[in-house]
Amino acid sequence: MLLLMPFVVLVLVYFTNSSARLAVNPEDKLLPSAVQMAEAVKQYAFTEDKRTGERLLWTDTRSSLTRLAIGLAVSAVIALTTSIMTGSIPAVTATLSPFITVISMIPPLALLPILFIVFGLDELSKVVLIVIGITPMMIRDLQQRTQEIPHELWVKAQTLGATSWTLILRMIVPQLLPRLLIALRLSLCSAWLFLIAAEAIASTDGLGYRIFLVRRYLAMDVILPYVLWITLLAWLMDEALRRLTKCAFPWYGGGAR
Amino acid sequence: MIEVHNVWKEYGDQVVLERLHLKIEKGEFCSMVGASGCGKSTFLRLLLGQERATRGKILLDGKPLPGEPDADRGVVFQRYSVFEHLTVMRNVLLGLELPQAKLTGRLFGRHRRSAQEQAIAMLDRVGLGSALDKYPQQLSGGMQQRLALAQALIMKPRVLLLDEPFGALDPGIRKDMHELLLKLWRESGLTIFMVTHDLKEGFALGSRVLVFDKVRVDPQAPHAYGARITYNIPLDHSRDAAPSLRMAQAVVEGARRAAIAVV
Repeated sequence: MLLLMPFVVLVLVYFTNSSARLAVNPEDKLLPSAVQMAEAVKQYAFTEDKRTGERLLWTDTRSSLTRLAIGLAVSAVIALTTSIMTGSIPAVTATLSPFITVISMIPPLALLPILFIVFGLDELSKVVLIVIGITPMMIRDLQQRTQEIPHELWVKAQTLGATSWTLILRMIVPQLLPRLLIALRLSLCSAWLFLIAAEAIASTDGLGYRIFLVRRYLAMDVILPYVLWITLLAWLMDEALRRLTKCAFPWYGGGAR
Repeated sequence: MIEVHNVWKEYGDQVVLERLHLKIEKGEFCSMVGASGCGKSTFLRLLLGQERATRGKILLDGKPLPGEPDADRGVVFQRYSVFEHLTVMRNVLLGLELPQAKLTGRLFGRHRRSAQEQAIAMLDRVGLGSALDKYPQQLSGGMQQRLALAQALIMKPRVLLLDEPFGALDPGIRKDMHELLLKLWRESGLTIFMVTHDLKEGFALGSRVLVFDKVRVDPQAPHAYGARITYNIPLDHSRDAAPSLRMAQAVVEGARRAAIAVV
């Protein structure tokens, strides 16, 4: 119950202020009422768009989630491979670690114009922005985790007859996977940030695109439901990853709560 | 079986071990005791192949020891000896899978079933037969060390190396573990090297006690000289040997007190 309190308070504060403003000026756009928002949701989610014949909310959600999923998947694969290499081959660590540290300091949004120039305005540049935005941090995190695997275990695996390949396969990868899922959870927020930034600047669909499009008409009745929807999606993804970590890796205690 | 010829271990200027000579027969249980920092764990790492001797050589059956840990030498550390992401059963199974399946690291079908039977038999021997599907985290410290022993023994190593294996356990559990270890040693005829800081444990378990100590000490340069094996005491655990056992223990104890007094 206490858990819901802050949410209830927030909703109450909003609607009190909303009705107060609307009482003064029924044309006020800043704090739309529940009815206005429901109307907007109905139009965006359940009515076919006159021009394209699509239900906009779902098309936007589909394209945004596709971009996000591809970005996250690519980042996860890159981060896992790199951290396995840097974690288990000292020569690679020495060469790559400082490089990755410097690279992760580049503000990804500053690279966005370059991405648009190089990869065009299509899907690719948006996915690449997400990848560039979250991969370095994930690599650094996982690299740390690889180095945290006790030295005793490496020796132990060798005495059990492991080769470098089977050592990676049976020890490093299984030990890193739950940590990878946690790194993904932590990167979700940034991934959304970069997705919406990319969509806002150059796109023809997507949740971020829609918000920035209707901003021109001060359409708070559309923006607010969209923001709520994005928040809900992000929270669901976070929760799903948390449960996956817990189910798939019951031995992993840290950070799976 | 194991011969150590004039082995030195140095880290830069610091000499840790000097002039080690040793010949150990198959089936011996060597306890290695000594003050902390006197190189007994370093010696164990040399035997394990985790580190190389600066000078001299170590022979296993007349051949130089491989410079990397391998399946001939089992090891149990004080901590972190088992894989926390694998169940008890799979921890032991791993030792059978890795050498046989070079590509996938896993066994399937008939091979897997026979490996599972071997693993269960081994776990029964160490008293973990009822905890097959538990993860190491769910086990007590003593049970984790039992698992580590089972995991090492399933490889049928030539030499078993133990680095303070019971150092983190309660006294009561430690006693159970001593019995288990002696039982496994007698059954398998293994050669065992065990590092311990507990003199009593060393004397109670070993068939031979190696005492590491610094013979020469230069107060101006404490790292100039390394430790040697100052006593190499064969023990006879039969009843009439008890007095001589106590005497040997007293000698070592006395030497250690003297050393502490000097420091």
